[in-house]
Amino acid sequence: MSTVLEPPELDEPTPPRGRGLESDAEKADSRRGLLIGLPSLAYLVVLFALPLLIVVVYSFATRSRTGLTVLGGWNIDSYTRLFDPLVIEITWRSLWMAGLSTLLCLVVAYPFAYYLATRGPKVRGVLLVLVMIPFWSNFLVRTYAWRVLLGSDGPFLNLLGALNLPQPRLLFTPFAIVLGLVYGYLPFMILPLYASIERLDFSLVEAARDLYASGWQAFRRVTWPLSLPGVVAGSVLVFIPSFGQYVTPELLGGSRTTMLGSYVVRQFLSSRDWPFGSALSVAILLVMLVAAVAYFRKGGKTL
Amino acid sequence: MRIRTVVAVPTVLALALLGCGREVGGDPEAAGDDGDETAEAVGAECELGETDGDLLFYNWSDYIDPDLITQFEEEHGVSVTQDFYPSNEELLAKVQSGGADYDVIVPSDYMVNIMIEEGLLAPMDRELVPNADNIADEFADPPYDAGNEYSIPYQWGTTGLGVNLDEVGEDAEASWSLVFDPEVASQYSGRIALLDDPRETMGAALYYLGHSANTTSEEELQEAADLISEASEHFAAFDSNLYTDLLLSNEVVISHGFSGNYFAAFAEAEGNFAYLIPEEGATKWVDTMAVLNAAPHPCTAYTFINFLLDAENGAQLTNWNYYASPNAAAEEHILPEVLEDPAIYPPDDTNLTFLEDTGDAEILFNDYFTQAKS
Amino acid sequence: MSMVDIGGEGGVAVDSVARPRRTVERILAGNAWLVFAFLYLPILVLVVLSFNDNRLVGVWTEGSLRWYRALVNDRNVLGALQNSLIVAVVSTLVSTVLGTAAAISLERFRYRGQQAFDGLLYLPVIIPDVTMAVMMLLFFVQAFDLLFLASGWSPSLGIGTISLAHIAFNISFVAVVVRARLAGLDRSLEEAAADLYASRWVAFRRVTLPLIAPGVAGGALLALTLSLDDVVITSFVAGPGSTTLPVYVFGLVRRGVTPLINAVSVLMLAGSMLLVLLSLLLQRRRENV
Repeated sequence: MSTVLEPPELDEPTPPRGRGLESDAEKADSRRGLLIGLPSLAYLVVLFALPLLIVVVYSFATRSRTGLTVLGGWNIDSYTRLFDPLVIEITWRSLWMAGLSTLLCLVVAYPFAYYLATRGPKVRGVLLVLVMIPFWSNFLVRTYAWRVLLGSDGPFLNLLGALNLPQPRLLFTPFAIVLGLVYGYLPFMILPLYASIERLDFSLVEAARDLYASGWQAFRRVTWPLSLPGVVAGSVLVFIPSFGQYVTPELLGGSRTTMLGSYVVRQFLSSRDWPFGSALSVAILLVMLVAAVAYFRKGGKTL
Repeated sequence: MRIRTVVAVPTVLALALLGCGREVGGDPEAAGDDGDETAEAVGAECELGETDGDLLFYNWSDYIDPDLITQFEEEHGVSVTQDFYPSNEELLAKVQSGGADYDVIVPSDYMVNIMIEEGLLAPMDRELVPNADNIADEFADPPYDAGNEYSIPYQWGTTGLGVNLDEVGEDAEASWSLVFDPEVASQYSGRIALLDDPRETMGAALYYLGHSANTTSEEELQEAADLISEASEHFAAFDSNLYTDLLLSNEVVISHGFSGNYFAAFAEAEGNFAYLIPEEGATKWVDTMAVLNAAPHPCTAYTFINFLLDAENGAQLTNWNYYASPNAAAEEHILPEVLEDPAIYPPDDTNLTFLEDTGDAEILFNDYFTQAKS
Repeated sequence: MSMVDIGGEGGVAVDSVARPRRTVERILAGNAWLVFAFLYLPILVLVVLSFNDNRLVGVWTEGSLRWYRALVNDRNVLGALQNSLIVAVVSTLVSTVLGTAAAISLERFRYRGQQAFDGLLYLPVIIPDVTMAVMMLLFFVQAFDLLFLASGWSPSLGIGTISLAHIAFNISFVAVVVRARLAGLDRSLEEAAADLYASRWVAFRRVTLPLIAPGVAGGALLALTLSLDDVVITSFVAGPGSTTLPVYVFGLVRRGVTPLINAVSVLMLAGSMLLVLLSLLLQRRRENV
């Protein structure tokens, strides 16, 4: 039973075409791969893809006067509403805020994950758990604590006041939203970064350092490319959820800045327009899926 | 080959589910017919004071004195499971989809109306709820449910402004001009919070403009949105959750919110605060008790509602949560300081309106409000 | 594998070589301290406020244990806490296994239909919470109707459905983290092991698993966190008596956040710290034996 574990080349995303070209070993291997993934695939098909079909169907349905979704009178009105200037404005704003949060997360998390990954094996474990512990309290209570910190009588503004510096408003500003997003999603960036930096073969880094003049060069040519899968995964895990976040914009932004997540929530839970809410969600899923897959491809290629 | 099976099975299942969906979601009339059948079957079988199992109670949080629950459990030998929902819309979503296995729910006025139209509520069997006679005349025939046929008022209140009297002045005028008149609002710039609720906040602007809060006129809605948009530079936040907190922690000096929450917060506050009902008009709302058509234990449900409508128990609700009681018989047991507070029990000539479901205009309210905020 | 054994001792890093030079090292350490300060600042506030005597958490009056006393007698909170923990543990365990399997299957093998699987795996990360909440509710209700028609068995919404929904989104998050680890991991070790050991399972357990352990642990930590924090999806698929802590807290906000919730959070934090300490001690003892 010593079949060689020999999958095709990594940067060959499509399976080899033409049945005749596959060797028996490859066939057995691909069967095994499918078998390993099958339970998860089956789970997601039954408990995610099937329910998702309901959303797709609803997106073509009509809203009754009382806000009940009527299955019938199929139409694409909800999809035409996607091009409403209001929706487009909200989308741009959300993209911008989510992008900024992702970038900030990356800037803070990368050196942090690097530091973590280069500690001794036992210290790393402890430090990683220490990163996570704050997030096992309650999301709402944590966010509320930020309200106290950023409030007009909070420590930051009091400190500025004591130093005779101007005291700008912090709470209920876009700044507060981005801060809240960065705080909330920092672990989403740290974990995949840590997972990919920790596996780096650091002798490569050392060799590079011997080879190149500066440590910066070594980093840019060796460490960074090798940790790219972590950067890609982390960015996706931060960008996408913060794009759809609505509690943070509500609690820290004072709902003055409507983000796409809040807008979707409003369709379901305020104007009870499920068809439009569904259409919005389907659009978000499609656009983001294409973007994420393309992004991963790109990240994988530069490996 | 396997892949094909993987795809085929869910497709069949999906089709089956959708077939099912058509039945469950149905068109409104069909849903109504469906509802009545079960309803008739339910009401007839119970006797006064009978229980048919433990009570499943779906309520707003912090809305009932836990002692009342314990008392009911002891008197009737059943246990009560209480869960909480954060909004009427979430309640509706669960009930409508058939996912709410509860006996008694506490929907607000306009939602009662929607639920009746959708055939989700069981008729209120008066024989099983004799204490319903305790309800005050003014709540006996509400616009959302004529003759209280499907619901019984639980508590009621208003939506108005909480103010910090030290900042706004003891003689602050009870008026929406505090937040919408640029000259007045600019004095408190950045220290005003409004509800993040399209109907309530657009409603406030509509009251100030002298329009009906239930308008469906796009012109009037546009006018209201413009008003909010112009004044919005003075608003710190739109917040439907922590408005009492903002006021009491001095983050804002004027905040828009629901009456009872303010009184509960003021009870432990040290500053000088008041709740004002603007004279241009304000929203009055009633939360009601209703039995679901699909209630697993309808007899216990009616018995529980009758229990809460008892004069003393009704008073205990109000003494605990500071919302006004629609229960006339309960008044003699209500704490005098609550009963005599005009902010909790506003005088009869106060200009109050129920928010009604505006049908398709709900979408307009939402979009105009979203636009006005940013 | 214990909770803190995630340093990945089977890793390939050689620490003495790996450490960057001194100035860089100082900057990295400084950044790490700042990150920890950032992460724990609100936690500090949260803990202090749990001792606030006032009904409103944001209005400080005086220190007291009022809310801790109230907590002990609050059956709603304690029930919700218990539900939360059950759901979190179950969904973390199941989704870690399924997510890791999905990551290995996608990253290590090539087969037909893989891209569809790949795409499907991202969807739960992308979908807005509320949409997933609504669709899961509709799905469960209708699936249960079908089940009842087919078998006469009628399950209802509750802890079971909450766990199923949590697993559905957690699989994806775990898989993304594990894949970040697997991508580009030196494959020669695994191949050598496959040749060396008689069974593929042994090869997996002895070589692949230790190699990807940090990724798996990271994914599990993420799943645990997501499960402990989810409000919207949980509240839609919950049934009578299965309210979880975040859902309960969210309901409370309407009446103003009381320090009671802070007190619960402090207990949860203390509990998790205790668990971490305990597993550290156990590990040390195991090594000393």
